[in-house]
Amino acid sequence: MFDLLVLLIPLFPLLAVLVNGLLGSRYSHDMAGRLAFGSVGLSFLCVLGVFVSILGDPTPREVIAYSWIFGGDLSINLAFLIDPLSVIMLLVVTGVGFLIHVYSVGYMHGEEGFTRFFTYMNLFMVSMLLLVMGNNYVVLFIGWEGVGLCSYLLIGYYYEKVSAGKAATKAFVVNRIGDAGFLLAIFLIFSHFGTLDYTAVMAKASTLSTEMATAISLCLLVGAIGKSAQLPLYTWLPDAMEGPTPVSALIHAATMVTAGVYMVVRNHVIFDMAPMALATVGIVGGVTALFAATIGLVQNDIKRVLAYSTVSQLGYMFLACGVGAYTAAIFHLMTHAFFKALLFLSAGSVIHALGGEQDIRKMGGLHDKIPTTYRVFLIGTLAIAGIPPLAGFWSKDEIMAHAFVHGYYHLYLLAAVGAFLTSFYMFRLTYLTFYGSSRVDPHVAHHIHESPSVMTIPLVILAGLALFGGFLGVPPEHGWFHGFLHDVATPLGAEAHEVGWGMLLGLMSVAIAIALGGWGLAHYMYAMRPQMADEWAAKSPRAYTTILNKYYVDEIYDFLIVEFFKKVGMLLDWFDRQILDRFVIGIGKGTDISAAAITWTEKHVIYAGLNVVGYSNHLLSWSWRKIQSGMVHHYAAIIVIGLALLIHLVLVWFVGSSAADMSIR
Amino acid sequence: MQEELQFGFPILTFLTFFPFLGAMVIWALKDQDLIRKSVLGIASLEMVVASLMLWRFVPETAAMQFAERHEWIPFLGISYHLAVDGISVLFVGLNAFLILLLVLYAWDTVHARPKAFYMCLLGMEATMMGIFVSIDLILFFVFWELMLIPSYFLIKLWGPGEQRQYAALKYVLYTLLGSVFMLVGFCLLSLNYFEAKQVYSFDLLDLLAVQIPLSQQLLIFWLVFLGLAFKAPIFPFHSWLPDALVQGPIPMSVMLAGIKLGTYGFLRFSFPLLPDASQHATVVAILMTLGLAAIVYGAIVAIIQPDFRRLLVFSSISHLGFVVVGMFALNFQGIQGSLITMINLGFSTAGLFFLAGFIYERLGHNDVRRYSGLAKKMPLLATFMLIIGMASIGLPGTNGFIGEFLILLGVFQAWWLYGAIAVTGIIFAAAYFLWFYERSIFGPLKDSVPAAIKDLNSREWAIGVALSVMIFWIGIYPSPFLRMVNGSVQEVVDRLHPGMATAQQHESLLSTEVTRN
Repeated sequence: MFDLLVLLIPLFPLLAVLVNGLLGSRYSHDMAGRLAFGSVGLSFLCVLGVFVSILGDPTPREVIAYSWIFGGDLSINLAFLIDPLSVIMLLVVTGVGFLIHVYSVGYMHGEEGFTRFFTYMNLFMVSMLLLVMGNNYVVLFIGWEGVGLCSYLLIGYYYEKVSAGKAATKAFVVNRIGDAGFLLAIFLIFSHFGTLDYTAVMAKASTLSTEMATAISLCLLVGAIGKSAQLPLYTWLPDAMEGPTPVSALIHAATMVTAGVYMVVRNHVIFDMAPMALATVGIVGGVTALFAATIGLVQNDIKRVLAYSTVSQLGYMFLACGVGAYTAAIFHLMTHAFFKALLFLSAGSVIHALGGEQDIRKMGGLHDKIPTTYRVFLIGTLAIAGIPPLAGFWSKDEIMAHAFVHGYYHLYLLAAVGAFLTSFYMFRLTYLTFYGSSRVDPHVAHHIHESPSVMTIPLVILAGLALFGGFLGVPPEHGWFHGFLHDVATPLGAEAHEVGWGMLLGLMSVAIAIALGGWGLAHYMYAMRPQMADEWAAKSPRAYTTILNKYYVDEIYDFLIVEFFKKVGMLLDWFDRQILDRFVIGIGKGTDISAAAITWTEKHVIYAGLNVVGYSNHLLSWSWRKIQSGMVHHYAAIIVIGLALLIHLVLVWFVGSSAADMSIR
Repeated sequence: MQEELQFGFPILTFLTFFPFLGAMVIWALKDQDLIRKSVLGIASLEMVVASLMLWRFVPETAAMQFAERHEWIPFLGISYHLAVDGISVLFVGLNAFLILLLVLYAWDTVHARPKAFYMCLLGMEATMMGIFVSIDLILFFVFWELMLIPSYFLIKLWGPGEQRQYAALKYVLYTLLGSVFMLVGFCLLSLNYFEAKQVYSFDLLDLLAVQIPLSQQLLIFWLVFLGLAFKAPIFPFHSWLPDALVQGPIPMSVMLAGIKLGTYGFLRFSFPLLPDASQHATVVAILMTLGLAAIVYGAIVAIIQPDFRRLLVFSSISHLGFVVVGMFALNFQGIQGSLITMINLGFSTAGLFFLAGFIYERLGHNDVRRYSGLAKKMPLLATFMLIIGMASIGLPGTNGFIGEFLILLGVFQAWWLYGAIAVTGIIFAAAYFLWFYERSIFGPLKDSVPAAIKDLNSREWAIGVALSVMIFWIGIYPSPFLRMVNGSVQEVVDRLHPGMATAQQHESLLSTEVTRN
């Protein structure tokens, strides 16, 4: 029963992919939409069943579907591991996924590629479920690249737009760099352990040398950096906003991009043995959190601000892993899924209301025109900014407190500055979108309407989760959430750091002060003195344009990598045509010349002698012409016979003479 | 000496000569429609018999199966000896499969001399069958050479390129040159056998029974290598390939890119017969270098190709690099992976050539710069291009992943640095395929794309579906295929490393590293 339930989780969306993909054009869009979100809903119900079962008995369980790749000393099953960690991921993926699917039915209504959209979305669900459920690295890798493919297809959903196609290619290729690192990690693991099953690997992980653990961890980290858009491989994520907004919410905020965090936590036993790698994880996370937040300060596209915010928040999760706060990382992953999905979907609702406008310079004053959207967006903003008691406060505060208490002051500083900036840019976004005077294009203004309830109901549910989801992890480090994940996410050899309540409350107060400070500054700059931002920008134009252009990182990569390999390609192509091929042709020419010389000799020396028998020659040529009928099969027959004779002769001559040779010896 | 399993019916003889017979029957026919229908019937029956053979094949054993043996030229020890084992059995099925699809492809795209075209196609099928089922080296060689005849005419007479004559001649001369060396190598093998047993034999199973000194093994290895490397083609002997595959007709490209005769030869002859030479440090270093160079070189050159078919040619060279490094990892996963990859290329790379043909039929050129927004007009084509392309770049869930993963795993275990270099190939592969896809399938519809073009017709659809089914079958449930090859792969590995238990074959990289520390 349990096994069946587990197998059904990915099977429902897979079935929907097949039906919608193969037959989708035969029935209405409504039907396709229902099938799509219905299948995810059924998956969610199965996950709930599995969750209840795991609540009763938290021992990890494996479910083997079939033997997938085998031979020699390798054996890889298509099999699933159900433990508290994968159950939490499953709940987030199917739960938030279901809400986004429902929302999409309204958002994508009337689109030409409606069925195609839902086929890709369901395929994404299948891949993501394999990713979090797999019991070994290769099943994880199926999901890992599968979500990458779906991300590619959905970013390129509006494929007629050149920018969408470019963004899609970029996302896939940059992800593949990470995937290559991940593959190397898999090979290292197999070389050392002779198996790729998590359970067996984790059981034997203590046999790793520090060097080996570091090598494996760093390779895994490269994979995680690619998928979770961390420095230096983050550049694809902001461009990924070319996809429809529900895609940004599902793939590029709530689920796929968090896969890197999941993977690090899943392998924390290996990371724990490699302090150097763990420190790298923390640095990458902390620097990314701050770096992306600075870019978010000045962006003018509502989705791009949220995209940089996602990169930054993922940085917090990596930072959490780096300081050994694995539970906090997964906690933040979950709350982030709630509030970031909420923010993206409500941004989608704004875009929907404005007929596709994404530039916040052409928004403003929307709070009374689309009140539901405004309220849920505000809840999302409060949650991400870290205003208590919303979800984001608890998870972010826990990460920062953990960093501080365990003496990672440099990371704490990065996180604290990042938190201030986060609060600032999110409230900037809120003020520019919903307050002040309307800057909306007059043609658009009279069309503004609140979204239909199929979109607003998921928003309200997500708002509820963003409001109250944080209480699962209260009190910090001792909440229900921590107890549930205790066995799977506690670092090796973690000594109990009992921290006084005074310290915790102090850190909380600091966090609250930071969040309020960011809010206050945004309020001052965008609500009280709206011209101030422009003045600042005008005062230091160079700094402003540098940040506006995202520190020119895209341009640098383009120049150093893309253009470089194109040049190399041109050079090698030239080499292939001009050097390699010429060389071969040269040899051919040489043969030609000698052949010509022989022909000449034949014609002028030998045939001259044979001219005497000219007439018989004439006869011969007549029969020769007969054979040269121009029919292919005649040629074929002649060549077959000729070749057979030739081979016979060669053999008899060659083998015969060598045999003679040998007998002499 | 390997075990041999007999079968009540000479099924391999049937598979080899039935297409010949079919070609003769076609010769006598006049009516165009009747001709193509008969060819379809012949190719279908061949496919059915090949499937039957695959179905009755006993998996998980190294035994030679469906063996037939008759004397041919007794005083030289040349026999008519046919059999298949795990190394060759899948190629037989692949050959029948691709020819059947090509008959569908040619149905209404070959207008000039269709009768002769189909005869060449069937001739191709017969000779390729012969290559894969021959156990006698001379018999193998005869088919190896005979295959050039239909190939030559296919390129020369039905090629769309201006320089098809040149391409055909270049292909034939290039490979003929290589085969001469190979024949010498084969003869040396037989002479060595004579020295031991005082009789000649060209039978693979006989030759396996005698030892060959290393110096001789090396000489023979390089002679045979030339024959195989020119045919494969292994970088840098590939310069006939762009000409043949771009100037020639699609069916020729499909067969040459899809059926990897050259690399098959290594597993069939070089490894079992010349195990010491095959793992000689210099040999391995050279082959690894050539393989890795091919992976990176092919992929980087493919990135910037403006001609779709030329792009596919270099993609094919890159994939062949994977096959070569996989084989010369000399361990189970590497060899298993390269064998599976050779089969995979028959669905992925060959499949992309089919699609190139579909596009060419509609637009009349291969210039990617003048493709754009094809998804709008041809969503079915876009879908198949995606599926087959993903198989080509090794996405998990498709067949390409199974092969590439095993190869990379094998290489990494043998020499981690080579493995790490080979892994970069998957990044470049994504780059060249996706950039192509972005420019041709995505993007706005340009004026250079005629407004009247239609999506795939039912025959083209059938080809796409057949390829996709195979791609997903091997990708998702490869078990039947792996079981078929595993026995023989183990046999090859055992011959390479005699007396070594499987578990100890690949010393773990880590333990060596640790001891060094």
